[in-house]
Amino acid sequence: MAAPPFLASRPEGPGFGVYVHVPFCARRCDYCAFATWDDRLQLVPDYCAAVRAEIARAVGEEMPLATSVFFGGGTPSLLPPDQLVAILDAIPRGEGSEVTVECNPEHAEPSRLGAWRRAGVTRVSLGVQSLSTSVLDSLGRRHDPGSVRWAARALGDAGLGGSYSVDLIFGAVGERPADWQATVAGVLALDPPPAHVSAYGLIAEPGTPLGSDPARHPDADDQADKYLAVDAALASAGYSWYEISNWSRPGATCRHNQLYWAQGEYRGFGCAAHSHRLAGGGGARRWWNVRTPERYIRLVGRGDDPAGGEELLGPDVRAVEALELGLRTSEGVAVAEVPSAGQLGLLLDLGLVSLSRGEGAGERVRLTLRGRLLATEVTLRLLG
Amino acid sequence: MTPDLDPPLDRIRNLAVVAHVDHGKSTLSDRILELTGAVDAREMREQYLDSMDIERERGITIKAQNVRVTWKGHTVHLIDTPGHVDFGYEVSRSLAACEGVVLLVDAAQGIEAQTLANAYQALEHDLEIVAALNKIDLPAADPDRYAAEIEKVLGVPAGEILRISAKTGQGVAELLDAVCERIPPPRGDPSAPLQGLVFDSYYDQYRGVVSSVRVVNGRLGAGARLRFVQAGRTHDVEEIGVRLPAATLVDALGPGEVGYLIAGIKDVAEARSGETVTEASRPAEPLAGYQDPKPMVFCGLYPVDGDELSDLREALEKLRLNDASVTYQPETSGALGFGFRCGFLGLLHMEIVRERLEREFGLSLIATAPSVEYRAHLTDGSVVEVHNPSEMPPPQKLESIEEPYLQATILSPTEYTGTLMELCQSRRGEMRRIEYLGPERLELVYRIPLAEVVMDFFDALKSRTKGYASLDYEPADWEAADLVKIDVLLNGVPVDAFSAIVHKSQAQDYGRRMTEKLRELIPRQLFDVPIQAAVGGRMIARETVKAKRKDVLAKCYGGDITRKRKLLEKQKEGKKRMKSIGRVEVPQEAFIQALRLEE
Repeated sequence: MAAPPFLASRPEGPGFGVYVHVPFCARRCDYCAFATWDDRLQLVPDYCAAVRAEIARAVGEEMPLATSVFFGGGTPSLLPPDQLVAILDAIPRGEGSEVTVECNPEHAEPSRLGAWRRAGVTRVSLGVQSLSTSVLDSLGRRHDPGSVRWAARALGDAGLGGSYSVDLIFGAVGERPADWQATVAGVLALDPPPAHVSAYGLIAEPGTPLGSDPARHPDADDQADKYLAVDAALASAGYSWYEISNWSRPGATCRHNQLYWAQGEYRGFGCAAHSHRLAGGGGARRWWNVRTPERYIRLVGRGDDPAGGEELLGPDVRAVEALELGLRTSEGVAVAEVPSAGQLGLLLDLGLVSLSRGEGAGERVRLTLRGRLLATEVTLRLLG
Repeated sequence: MTPDLDPPLDRIRNLAVVAHVDHGKSTLSDRILELTGAVDAREMREQYLDSMDIERERGITIKAQNVRVTWKGHTVHLIDTPGHVDFGYEVSRSLAACEGVVLLVDAAQGIEAQTLANAYQALEHDLEIVAALNKIDLPAADPDRYAAEIEKVLGVPAGEILRISAKTGQGVAELLDAVCERIPPPRGDPSAPLQGLVFDSYYDQYRGVVSSVRVVNGRLGAGARLRFVQAGRTHDVEEIGVRLPAATLVDALGPGEVGYLIAGIKDVAEARSGETVTEASRPAEPLAGYQDPKPMVFCGLYPVDGDELSDLREALEKLRLNDASVTYQPETSGALGFGFRCGFLGLLHMEIVRERLEREFGLSLIATAPSVEYRAHLTDGSVVEVHNPSEMPPPQKLESIEEPYLQATILSPTEYTGTLMELCQSRRGEMRRIEYLGPERLELVYRIPLAEVVMDFFDALKSRTKGYASLDYEPADWEAADLVKIDVLLNGVPVDAFSAIVHKSQAQDYGRRMTEKLRELIPRQLFDVPIQAAVGGRMIARETVKAKRKDVLAKCYGGDITRKRKLLEKQKEGKKRMKSIGRVEVPQEAFIQALRLEE
């Protein structure tokens, strides 16, 4: 399969990302801790107008051209296509920029995909989670696994078949190893198959229905087994691992997410969206908008800054994040940038990390397959 | 009613109330204070005499108090006694200050083992026993039955046993009448050289040591220069007085009188229970019965936070001013760091001291499992005292090892006889006597190793008998036993804090319990962690904490980088509070939990 033309002409350099948050869902999933609501669809028109207004203001302040745009949520595919397109049109983008939209399988209608594609969407991230009905029930999620095959075909027909991604979740209580294997096999058998797979271990977040039900909390050993299973299945199907939970066909990595992990610059629009700008002296500023759509609409409408909080990151804190984020990726981190190399020997002995030459100068520390599962412990030890 | 500050000898009555915990001793004291007008009912604080917080909470008396009241022309000294088996010696000294006791028994429960032991002690001191059944207002009261029981075990005629309710006041006046009629007045020679019996001392931060004293012979006068015979110290009287219960100064205390004495003493160890005071210029013979404090139970106390070591030392120093029976010396543990090996009179005493250290001094402590003192006879003929498993000589140097035994008395309803005998046998007890106190109650006497009682015997006794059995014990003798030291190894490294000396027959069981407990308490690490119990290099139990396999959090998008970093920082702080043993990270909580006695 040939790579889509936009991948061939990727701009070099760290890039600049734009994130647009869509805080609406038809139904909230039991495990979800994101800023999203399933009872406020009436706010959609005002919300989209506010997002465009916030973007216009940033453009007026000379926001750089975006190298990637990501519509996340919530459920961005719930927006009427013209609303989404109007927002995308408002974002100045560079040549060959990556534009991703998260999409529920049942929303992958040809008309919607066509409108997205014409507006410049290059990549669709399909929220599949599982192909087992009982597992979907256990996650508090409602969609027909059959709609996934239909969605894949629609994506192929719309010219998005060579770049689309599938999101999966493993480790729900009641998910047998065979259920998980069947889900992974089913995804790989899609026509066309996805170019990219994200497989997330389920997290029982506090404050969610799942979090408050200890009987449904995932088991770490079960998740470890399932992680190893998905990694093996994807590797033999030609997908390369490049971040804890992400695998891709050659050239199909998610440029936008890579920007997060590389501590790059990005700007978030919409409620609860995070932004990150580099500052002088090795520092940076991170800020985030107010959490609820109502407050966001009100603030933007009044011409006020919708920011709800900020954090100034000094070089020390940036170094911690660099280690934490870098270790999660297949790039790893330079040995020279590890704050405390004292335990490196133990981690090597235990087979949790490996050392190898990177593309540039100097050795790099990378997580092994087992080490990926224990990234938190490895990071803690390398932080010293 | 103004109390007589210089009562004639034949109008004095000295008595202690002997009762089990919650049989109503404090309530009776309150009623007596009210009835004699010593304390106005309006200002009556419940249970006036128990003043320490821990005592009030647990409803027990640790430090004896005394008070003087007046009843129908008599001067009556009420001498309180510690109500727990750990303080048997202190009880004996309080009894030595009396001519009689009021034996107070719950009319719904009957006499308990410690009460009986104290009553036997009173008989040995030739004290008059005035027995009373309390709580007769309770629907469950069965005074006839328990009167018969008291007659059978102590020979007090059932017809002489009073029936009262300290709560309602019913029969309390009659009890005071009986006390004045039946308890003989003290005897003593006012012109003889002074002999005063100190039966309790406490430390007051403004006045120094305040002692309770009973004059046996002679007169204890203000301004006297006193010789504390056993301590070998001389002090000038600063103040003498009586408690009504408010402290009231007097010029002198004559024979038979009880009061308090302040003599500029800075350390209660110089005015212990049983001490004899006499005049420096005209010394008399010491009174019989004094004993040096003898710790029976030992444990290591370590600050959870190593920086609090000097605070712990200071707290122990202060505590000892008030409780000379606590011993302590510095100790080092590979696992727990620096701390102190402490000696106590018994288990309750240990618990009280630990609780006071934590509560009154704000310390957070790890206590190692309690142990007893062993006598190791070495092959070279010498004898070594072992207070701590780490002091145990290696097997090849050991000829034999002896452990202390107790004589334990258990009183229980007969329905629990089987389970109690089983319990005592499983703890290596040998039955000495079994006696029926009535159709439904019996007395069991066992000879049993102290180490077995120290572990969790009392809790087991209570749980097997739904709380109905009571226990008393006294030191008996020493006997050589097949004792072994168990080491517990984490990832191959011995952890001294978990070592124990146990009987060979129980080594397997101890090893299994400890390794199982630790398997649950130690968080999973990056590698499999073997937990082993070993005796002299031979493994007797093994568990494994399986290596942790997954801790990574799946998703990482722009919106949660801050949150993830904060979580990481929190985990990093958590790691700092862990002790690293053999590359294994052990949380403090695991030490605390593992060393806690079985419930």
